Amino acid sequence: MFYVSMFFQYIGQYIKTRFQYRADLVVEILSDLLFQAVNLVFILVVFGHTQFLSGWSREEIIFIYGFFLIPFALFSSFFNIWDFNERYIVKGEMDRILTRPIHSLFQVVLERMELESLFGVFTGAAIMIYAGNLLDLTFAWYDYILLIIFVLGGALVYAGIFVLLASIGFWSDARTSIMPMMYNIGNYGRYPVDIYNNVIRFVLTWILPFAFVGVYPSAYFLGRSEWYGYAFMTPFIGVAFFVLSVFVWNVGVTKYRGAGN
Amino acid sequence: MDKYIEMIRIRFLMMLAYRTNYYSGILIYSINIGAYYFLWQAIYSGKEDIQGISTIQMTTYVAVAWMARAFYFNNIDREIAQEIKEGKVAVELIRPYNYLGMKTMQGLGEGIFRLAFFSVPGMVIVALVFPLEFSANFSTWGLFGISIIFSFIVNTQINLLTGIMTFFLFNNDGLIRAKRVVIDLFSGLLLPISFYPLWAQDIMSFLPFQAISYIPSMIFTEGITGNAVFQALFMQVVWVFILIIPIQLLWNLAKKQLVVQGG
Repeated sequence: MFYVSMFFQYIGQYIKTRFQYRADLVVEILSDLLFQAVNLVFILVVFGHTQFLSGWSREEIIFIYGFFLIPFALFSSFFNIWDFNERYIVKGEMDRILTRPIHSLFQVVLERMELESLFGVFTGAAIMIYAGNLLDLTFAWYDYILLIIFVLGGALVYAGIFVLLASIGFWSDARTSIMPMMYNIGNYGRYPVDIYNNVIRFVLTWILPFAFVGVYPSAYFLGRSEWYGYAFMTPFIGVAFFVLSVFVWNVGVTKYRGAGN
Repeated sequence: MDKYIEMIRIRFLMMLAYRTNYYSGILIYSINIGAYYFLWQAIYSGKEDIQGISTIQMTTYVAVAWMARAFYFNNIDREIAQEIKEGKVAVELIRPYNYLGMKTMQGLGEGIFRLAFFSVPGMVIVALVFPLEFSANFSTWGLFGISIIFSFIVNTQINLLTGIMTFFLFNNDGLIRAKRVVIDLFSGLLLPISFYPLWAQDIMSFLPFQAISYIPSMIFTEGITGNAVFQALFMQVVWVFILIIPIQLLWNLAKKQLVVQGG
């Protein structure tokens, strides 16, 4: 209960600070939209030169992209921790976090949230509806429930991976450039994984399971029955990775020795 | 002049202190290039060439575009924004050097470091794993070398502009992100400009972005040859000069209405 009230207090504070810099807020939402448009443009331009991507049509790829945007929006609103290492470890800010009465990861999440990214949920839904209409997809009532479960699963996959990467900082406080680049790798889960060779497919499924934030769950809605097994694994992979990452985080916190002045 | 060279050196040494991280970076870049390689294979799916670019040229294009990015890419826009927000810029302004020039030199130090410790070894590794095609022509390499210097200048100028905008917006994370996205798309890093529909190509020819990635990558893969190369280089030079104007104007304006927020 305490956590819930903390959560809403921080949201209240957040909204106040955001409205202090209104011009930036607008630019930020626009830049998110631009970012989403860029990926769409990539798909459109590519399909200007080919009909199918190993058997998947343009609309299907667009649908996958629309799905991807929703868990990604949830993730980037609450797990904006790509610069955790520099911001908290190198500068010694983690000391302050540890004195707070709530779980350290939750405290970091609260401090770093970026609620304007939630706008991506709408963009993603709009893209899915658009592509779904072109593909004549029909959704049964339980599909909406599955959609929510898959979205949460996907968001947890992303969160798990990034929390794991952030935890590395507890052991080595050297600057690392892995996190920003991980965003790029996340993009590859949006394409049918059968275009990649086995190594990359394996990595995207089991090691950095970004395929569960794109092609696998979407395959269910697109009626690609050969991928159903993977699709239904989405929530389990998400929970498993997230639990693992929180565990590693907790171990990491005990190794944290403090830096800064 | 000496102090600027010293800036390059210091930044270079600073990066050197953290060099181990770059080896993990090479791995990540390789995965990136690898994924794009397969993506493009699927897009070509047996086609000989698209817009006059063969599969192998495309792979080389992707590899060289990413590796060149390591050289021209820098975060000085973010650094400038940070220094303005923290109020440090006030101290910087009274120091006996040109603030923007000094930032450029720091970016160059970073770029040279990444070129030596990241791009070159990374390219060797990528070339071992994926079928790339390197030109045996010495002049191609020379022209490519000249071209990435201009890429660096144009990209840095755009970063300076974005950074200076902090003086007017106070908090410009949004603008910095938007700029990054625009550069990724319109510079030809993700897609060669020639793949776009013609109307889009026409618009982009009026923008400075293709001077950053498309021109050097096309020179390297010999997607453009002969006189076209010199025209492309000329385009880059023109943009270098054009971009000086808004930077100077905004910089002078910014100095006049500087608001230091704490510090």
